[in-house]
Amino acid sequence: MSVEVDLSAAYRAIKTIRLFEEKMVDLVNRGEIPGATHAYTGQEAVAVGVCSVLRVDDRITSTHRGHGHLIAKGASLHRMFAELMARATGLNSGRGGSMHAADLSLGILGANGIVGAGAPIAAGAAWAIRQSGSDAVVVAFFGDGGLNQGVLLEAMNLASIWKLPVLFACENNGYAVSLRAEDAVGGDTLERARGFGIPAVRVDGMDVQAVANATAQAVSRARNGEGPSFIDFTTYRFVGHNTGEEFLGVKYRTAQEIDDWRAQDPLEQVGSELDPSLRAKIDADVAVAMKEAIEYASDSPLPAVETAMDFMYAESPSRRGM
Amino acid sequence: MRPIRYQQAFAAALRDEMTTDERVFVIGEDVRQSLRAVTRGLYDEFGPDRVLDAPLSEQAFTSFAMGAALAGFRPVVEYQIPSLLYLSYEQIVNQANKFRLMTGGQSGIPVTYYAPGSGARMGLAGQHSDHPYAMFAQAGVKTLVPGTPQDAYTLFRAAIRDEDPVVVFAPAASLGVRGEVQMGIPPTGTIGTATVARRGSDLTLVAIGHLVALALEVADSHSADIEVIDLRSAFPIDRDAVTESASKTKRLVVLDDTNRTAGLAAEVIATVTSEVDLATPPVRVTREDAVIPFAPVLERELLPSIEKLGIAVNAALEGK
Repeated sequence: MSVEVDLSAAYRAIKTIRLFEEKMVDLVNRGEIPGATHAYTGQEAVAVGVCSVLRVDDRITSTHRGHGHLIAKGASLHRMFAELMARATGLNSGRGGSMHAADLSLGILGANGIVGAGAPIAAGAAWAIRQSGSDAVVVAFFGDGGLNQGVLLEAMNLASIWKLPVLFACENNGYAVSLRAEDAVGGDTLERARGFGIPAVRVDGMDVQAVANATAQAVSRARNGEGPSFIDFTTYRFVGHNTGEEFLGVKYRTAQEIDDWRAQDPLEQVGSELDPSLRAKIDADVAVAMKEAIEYASDSPLPAVETAMDFMYAESPSRRGM
Repeated sequence: MRPIRYQQAFAAALRDEMTTDERVFVIGEDVRQSLRAVTRGLYDEFGPDRVLDAPLSEQAFTSFAMGAALAGFRPVVEYQIPSLLYLSYEQIVNQANKFRLMTGGQSGIPVTYYAPGSGARMGLAGQHSDHPYAMFAQAGVKTLVPGTPQDAYTLFRAAIRDEDPVVVFAPAASLGVRGEVQMGIPPTGTIGTATVARRGSDLTLVAIGHLVALALEVADSHSADIEVIDLRSAFPIDRDAVTESASKTKRLVVLDDTNRTAGLAAEVIATVTSEVDLATPPVRVTREDAVIPFAPVLERELLPSIEKLGIAVNAALEGK
């Protein structure tokens, strides 16, 4: 199946994610964003291609490297920066941060700090959606690292036996932090999925059109009640596992390898297809949007300390003792 | 009212909630055949969409329930063996129970997790004899351990109706207990409240689950006037109830069937002693910090017993 990817929209989305992560790193380095962050830089074509064929009522479960998924699914840049900067106006009111950002109104069931943990949540949501009579689907994003989590394999089995409308979207960036996938994943990734009776394909994850085509086929299958699919998106992160990795002195990739992958940069692949003046205009638009979002976040209040126990439970818990 | 067994009351709670609310469904291992008797008849009555036999994938079906909750359902998850909750601790504690807070209140996760037959029962040995309510309480998950048929019904229904994750432990030793049960929708605010199982003025005996019956047995046969508090909720615990009772009696014994270290008894004693000047040191009777051995004679040795409780009550009364 092929779909026509709107290249200017795809470029805008990829550029938005790219610039978001650059600004994010800058804010981390300036001490404006606390905690752990994981940039999506290099993998943008996957999130953008996948989400380009999704509807608002389709759901996704994301990962610790989730900014790209959220932006591609439509999350507000203002509220994402506000969340990362721990502001009361953040997507999660400053309670989640980068690794737990969610927007249920957009079908974003959350980034997740535990590798592979989103997959069974996706399966359950998919079952429930189908029970409710909808043809919406759920995409479970995870990486090659997630392929070695038992709960993800269990979830693939559940999706298979119950023919759930789930796309298992494996963003195979070649590394689980520092461990190479070829040293960590036994057998072929596609054969793992096929072993559960799930059709599986490998797709160039740097090619947004190829990503969209494969996703459209899987989504169509899911909407028609034919069950789950698995796609291994071959991709690469241009940057460290987490922001600040370069200061740790770890060295598990060569500069040559990174350069080789940068030569396939989805931003350039799509950008070079555009009229230069259109590209320049989009770049300018995105820069303005980013500036406004960061200003909004910076101007937003921190959460009031007396609200620290808010949202713990449906009812307010009592604070007793100290 | 005809007395029914605890297990029947527990089953009735689930059936009544499934009748009342079509968003409620149950998932677990062998629930269609109802190996643990809680789901008996539900498959015939409600069909395959409401009673899901899951493969032996506890981690996946635990978070599956969370996903279904996020899409509008109210799942109930059965764990055939309490120690299966160890496998699912990440999914309950780290995913479901934190979701409301982590998302700034975008959604709670109304899932009920239950273990029908928790704790030792003569010869189940190391891996099937635990009663792990304290570890959920310690993690801040709403945790209920009903000790009577009435509470089996009331608390299980309250759990299913709650907007947050709730873990419910039905003690193995309570399943056959008979009692009269008033059916009906429980009042809101039931979770987190203790009950006074027996009024008394000389000593406060706090117990939970099947140990409430043990506490009552000792109280009824003792010459002292003993008040028995049925904690019912391991989290949140009813601090008002225990401190109020201990303020009156000035003596405290706590019964707890989890390991002693960092257990529920420790929390009750710390709560009371930080607010009440007791006349004698508080005493706890707990499961030892132990793996339960297979031989029943050894198992009995390490669990709370009526003999140990008698000694503890006398010690608290006499201040020894």
